[in-house]
Amino acid sequence: MLPGMTKGGAPVDRRRQALGAYGERAAADYLHAQGLEILDRNWRRREGELDIVARDGDCLVVCEVKTRRSLAYGSPLESITWRKAARLRLLAGFWIQEHPDLTRATRSVRVDVVGVILPYGGGPQLSHLIGVLS
Amino acid sequence: MNLGRTRAVVLVGIEGALVDVEADSSMGLPTFLIVGLPDTACRQAADRIRAAAANSELRLPDRRFVVNLSPASLPKTGAALDLAIGVAVLVAARKLPGAVVADVVHIGELGLDGTVRPVPGVLPLVLAAARSGVRTVVVPAANVAEAQLVPGVQVYPAHTLGQLTALHEARAADRPPPEWSGPMPGAGPVLGVGRAVPEPTPTADLADVVGQDEARLALEVAAAGGHHVFLLGPPGAGKTMLAERLPSLLPPLSAAEALAVTSIQSILGALPPGVLVRRAPFVAPHHGASMAAVIGGGSGAVRPGLISQAHCGVLFLDEAPEFRPQVLQALRQPLESGTVVVARARASVRFPARFQLVMAANPCPCGKGHGKGRECSCSPRARREYPARLAGPLLDRVDVQLQVPAVSLAALGRGRGEASAVVAARVLAARAVQRERYAGAPWALNAALPGAVLRQGRWAPSAAVRVDLDRALERGTLTLRGYDRVLRLAQTLRDLAGGGPPTRDDIGQALTLRSPGTVAA
Repeated sequence: MLPGMTKGGAPVDRRRQALGAYGERAAADYLHAQGLEILDRNWRRREGELDIVARDGDCLVVCEVKTRRSLAYGSPLESITWRKAARLRLLAGFWIQEHPDLTRATRSVRVDVVGVILPYGGGPQLSHLIGVLS
Repeated sequence: MNLGRTRAVVLVGIEGALVDVEADSSMGLPTFLIVGLPDTACRQAADRIRAAAANSELRLPDRRFVVNLSPASLPKTGAALDLAIGVAVLVAARKLPGAVVADVVHIGELGLDGTVRPVPGVLPLVLAAARSGVRTVVVPAANVAEAQLVPGVQVYPAHTLGQLTALHEARAADRPPPEWSGPMPGAGPVLGVGRAVPEPTPTADLADVVGQDEARLALEVAAAGGHHVFLLGPPGAGKTMLAERLPSLLPPLSAAEALAVTSIQSILGALPPGVLVRRAPFVAPHHGASMAAVIGGGSGAVRPGLISQAHCGVLFLDEAPEFRPQVLQALRQPLESGTVVVARARASVRFPARFQLVMAANPCPCGKGHGKGRECSCSPRARREYPARLAGPLLDRVDVQLQVPAVSLAALGRGRGEASAVVAARVLAARAVQRERYAGAPWALNAALPGAVLRQGRWAPSAAVRVDLDRALERGTLTLRGYDRVLRLAQTLRDLAGGGPPTRDDIGQALTLRSPGTVAA
């Protein structure tokens, strides 16, 4: 979500924001449990937003999280296009520029996607795509 | 391993080529890629399969699927590969047991709801699969009867993707396949482009033709020896009627011929389900027919033309001089070789086209230039040039050239002539004589006998018998080519009378089947 789109808005928008935030939290917990070190969350600049930045060994991972209530509009992963993945890769470069101290030890960058499905009255189901672009 | 493989068949001309369909599922953004030279319809299988699987409770996981169609150099056209691609992907997604589908050929188009739809060309596809050693095929339920014409292959019907999955699971567990309780499919492939092949009406009998004894004999000879026919005569003389009755004199197709003819009709989508065509086809194109329609062609997949539809049957060109000259001349190569090679930028395809040519023409453009020709309104030049449009290399290959006069009142008074069945029996016997004589030779009918064999071969008539013919040649009323044709017809006349070398009478009769004054030859 781009800044500016989120200001004010109807209750529906706020509900959606809450859903997105919940999904990102769930994804971060999941990545942490997988042994990744979370470096940053919701890092924004004009070109876009990185939901999660993490480190997996000597690999820097930028992760996009997409949360949906159901599969009615397709799987959350389907909404990630190649173009979006490429934009995440570009943002990763900017992030590295801004955080030289955190990235000194990393040798490579990859883009991951976590899809979260949160049905009404059920626990979140996560699917994790590793390295859709590296 | 996230790999699925199965098999499919694609059409190359009227032959099928086996294609290996492999699907790989891997981590990555959900995509569905089909590689291996698919055309647009084939590439769109990805969208159909995703929807069909989801609607069959076999939702594909959000993974990256790559499907390869091997050999990659062979162009894949149409939607008939849907089912094979779908099955390979379902195996890769671990929704289907892989071992039982690897050697099975799958043919069919998928609907978004998971139904398996009929496709054209199932017979040649299954035939090719069987020849390549495949023992099990899955075809759309509507095409099952057609596939079952091929011996030695286990055919399973596919109604829906869900039912097919249950079928393969049952096979993997060695259980009998579950019964299908849903609606049964309607009639076979229906393609808008498929033109039904016109069959002579069953009532078309030679007995209906009034008079025209000479033309009847000509038809009998043509049927017995496989000779091409040219009929010249005024409108209303019965040329079309005669030509339409030629198929009723021809013997039924042999097993191999029937499969070839049925295959062609199957590709054109003009086949009633489960019918093996046994009768010689009769194709009568309008004289406006284009080159591509007649010899075959089309963009993308090359379709067989009218001459291939007439394979093992009769191609009737009514008003032959009205056909485009290029179209007429294009018939020369198939007349010679029995096949036609259609070359396009991407592929060159060979179709069978061994047909018997029957041409009919009016004596002049207005059609009234017969007899004294008083009512004819054509210029002398038009009258001279009209039939001459056919002359040359094309007419050179036509053995029987006959003038069909207008029917006289006297002929009307006489009773009905012989029925088709009676003549067909004689034709069948004459063909048996030829088959016996030419056993081991590269030709089967008198029409295909080379000139040298006619004149000097083992079956050539003696010089004493040929004396009339030799004189005609000497006088210049007969060319050497015409000489050969008369010998050929004489042989067929003799075969109709029981076989042996032609007699002087046979040659005399054969000379009448080339009425003088039709077209100079």
